[in-house]
Amino acid sequence: MYDVAIIGAGVVGCMIARELSKYQLSVCVLEKEADVATGATRANSGIVHAGFDAKEGTLKAKLNVQGSKMMPKVCEDLGVNYINNGSLVIGFNEKDLKEIVTLYNRGKINGVEKLEILNQEQLRNLEPNISKKAIGALYAPTGAIVCPYELAISAMGNAMDNGVQLKLNFHVEKMERKNDTYYIFSNTETVSAKYVINAAGVYSDYVANLVGDNSFYIKPRKGEYMLLDKTCGNIVSHTIFRTPTEKGKGILVSPTVDGNIILGPTSVDAEDKSDNSTSYEGFQKIMKEVGENVENIPLNKVITSFCGLRATGSTGDFIINMKNKFVNVAGIESPGLSAAPAIAQYVVELLKNDSLKPEEKADFNPKRKSMHFFKKLSVEEKNKLIRKNPSYGKIVCRCEMVTEGEIIDAIHTNPKATTVDGVKIRTRSGMGRCQGGFCSPSVVEILARELNTSVLNITKSGGNSNILVCRTKGGELN
Amino acid sequence: MKKIDLVIIGGGPAGMSAAISAYNNGVKDILILERAEELGGILQQCIHNGFGLHKFKEELTGPEYAWRYEQQIKQRNIPYMLNTMVTKITKDKKITAVNSTEGIFEIQAKAIILAMGCRERSKGALNIPGFRPAGIFSAGTAQKYVNIKGYLPGKEIVILGSGDIGLIMARRMTLEGAKVKAVCEIMPYSGGLARNIQQCLNDFNIPLKLSHTVVEIHGKERLTGVTIAKVDENRKPIMETKEYIPCDTLLLSVGLIPENDLSRETGIELDPSTQGAIVDQNRQTSIDGIFACGNVLHVHDLVDYVSDEAEIAGKAAANYLNQKAENNIHISIKTDGKIRYTVPQRFTGTQKTTLYFRTADVYENAVIHVRDGEKIIYSQKKRKLLPAEMETITLSEEIIKNVSSNSLLVELEVVKNA
Repeated sequence: MYDVAIIGAGVVGCMIARELSKYQLSVCVLEKEADVATGATRANSGIVHAGFDAKEGTLKAKLNVQGSKMMPKVCEDLGVNYINNGSLVIGFNEKDLKEIVTLYNRGKINGVEKLEILNQEQLRNLEPNISKKAIGALYAPTGAIVCPYELAISAMGNAMDNGVQLKLNFHVEKMERKNDTYYIFSNTETVSAKYVINAAGVYSDYVANLVGDNSFYIKPRKGEYMLLDKTCGNIVSHTIFRTPTEKGKGILVSPTVDGNIILGPTSVDAEDKSDNSTSYEGFQKIMKEVGENVENIPLNKVITSFCGLRATGSTGDFIINMKNKFVNVAGIESPGLSAAPAIAQYVVELLKNDSLKPEEKADFNPKRKSMHFFKKLSVEEKNKLIRKNPSYGKIVCRCEMVTEGEIIDAIHTNPKATTVDGVKIRTRSGMGRCQGGFCSPSVVEILARELNTSVLNITKSGGNSNILVCRTKGGELN
Repeated sequence: MKKIDLVIIGGGPAGMSAAISAYNNGVKDILILERAEELGGILQQCIHNGFGLHKFKEELTGPEYAWRYEQQIKQRNIPYMLNTMVTKITKDKKITAVNSTEGIFEIQAKAIILAMGCRERSKGALNIPGFRPAGIFSAGTAQKYVNIKGYLPGKEIVILGSGDIGLIMARRMTLEGAKVKAVCEIMPYSGGLARNIQQCLNDFNIPLKLSHTVVEIHGKERLTGVTIAKVDENRKPIMETKEYIPCDTLLLSVGLIPENDLSRETGIELDPSTQGAIVDQNRQTSIDGIFACGNVLHVHDLVDYVSDEAEIAGKAAANYLNQKAENNIHISIKTDGKIRYTVPQRFTGTQKTTLYFRTADVYENAVIHVRDGEKIIYSQKKRKLLPAEMETITLSEEIIKNVSSNSLLVELEVVKNA
């Protein structure tokens, strides 16, 4: 029996797991997919919002500002790339400028530091490629960017290194509570725990329903994105938002920590919770709006596009509450990534203030080796490592210069990659301009070798996503 | 730091041919750096025939064609390093590379020939709406799985794009027992060679749907089908013509892109039309002593022409090293748009030179003119011009010597547009 079972291994579940791993508790994380960070955490803008958006007094506002302040230290400990690039909300007319003043004041109340209102000249000095029609902006120097799945993977890896268990492909189908113990059933396994944390993202209403909690529902909302080649990486250096309207924050243009430019997201209600398909209309909308905000965006340099589903809750705010030792952490839409470190702390406080009185672990290790540690080494250090382990001298992914050694690390480091996408999001192999054209056959082979299985069993992302179907000419299996 | 007269980046058909040519012209201190585990480049996975018709007057498979050059490399004891990736080239020809045995190392070259080949345009660049399941491969990746690794990537196939690799793979997958349901080409004409349309599609009753594209991808885990639609003259899908085709695999053959990431970082001037370096008749780039040839320079349809071009680059590199290079004129070559580009894009010497070019559209009964200011200095009739087929005209030393301006215009006069 576990002290705590967390359902869902998105960035929120992963950060909670890490926070709990600081204490003498037995914790497990149940994830229905074949890897962590496969939902909204995967397809996300990767923005650490300064905290001026959310309405004062809300949990969103409080946890956003707190989380944003915690983020640099969390990233440093976990070896996650964090770039404090600052963000701009640009305005095109008087109405926008009025809204910018509102945001400025709201940010002040929320506790956002260093906010500034810029005139057109100041704005253009900061971002020369911004539309000439933009006449002013709100500048938030504390805005930053991270890679959301790098953060989730690293948090889970660190949690696992500190004793947390992760059960992948665990689809929660039923839950019961008997004698103060929760029994959580998948179709093959049962896990029991004193506390359950529901961090199931778009499915958190489904999970809450399993224990008879119908107090909220989740409406999935699509966010489509397009990603530009690294050769476009210097078009803008700040995250560029448009002034929000009733319809939301609109489409942003932002550098990513990896040096690409991300465009998006759209905001469209989805029919079903697994419909993360992109649309023609979505692409048209993104291309039109980014062109209005920033000049000369080379839209012929798109290397990929994708869609995430926001877990939009029915209350408008984050839904974090506990009843009968069942904790909902639901409706974590934007600024959920920014708030994640603070959400984790908030949830653990809820548990600590209940009957759970955990001791801190004396040997908790907050540090994790960066997933991209090899790239950061000096030539001398790299050569030392290559002499010791020649696989670091073998480039597998040419576009992103990923070595076989890094891929092997991804397969054997917590949380372990078992799929092609798993290797991709840990190492960036296949994320460059050729999108895996050259490296995917090698990645499939390395996975099969390291996992001691046939390449026919290797999948893109678990389930039935096999890459290959049989030997040629119906030849013998190996 | 190692010092080497001539370093060739890439040991495919271009790199090998360039090395042999440089050697035959007196350069003995040569090193080929190849990222794969063997020489030959992409030819090793091209197990179909049709290679060498021009060069050897016989029909070879890709590996056979590569083998002939590999033998010549070995006979001459030209050194090469395999599994070695070049990560950086500087303007003063310092090369950084990495492999498992040497680690990261540097070489100072006196001359460099770029022969890195090309890569396939990916699905990501096409903005096709829908899901991102397994089962979507570029044609060349599928070719590697089938021909090198011995695995079939799927059984019910739709191919988007009618580039040559896609056509070859339509036949190859059919021979392996897969069902190729359609080849969709967004343009009103094929992107591949006429002989491949005949031998790979028509001979196997595989439908080629011109002016069609994939408008949606279905399937959350493995591909379950694609929706295709006709496109209008602006290549916009006509949604009323949507048609769903169940399939487990989508192969993409939607264009090849010269792999010039290294060249770009070196600061070599690139031609936006070819996406390769701008070169003179010697295949010398904007940096003296750095040459380029093969598919890294512009995408060829036949390997035979790659070998020809590499011989020019190899010989020119030898002349450069022996200080026999003559750069006495500066004439740039422009095109009129109907002709998309020429290679070379400039003359720095007057020797007889063949210009390679592609047209932007299909033209019949056209005349290619070379214009020196107001004066037409060369004309040649072409019965049929297809964007998929590289064309040539050859200018004699006499013609080039007598050019009076510093810029030539290669234009196409339409007698009748097809």
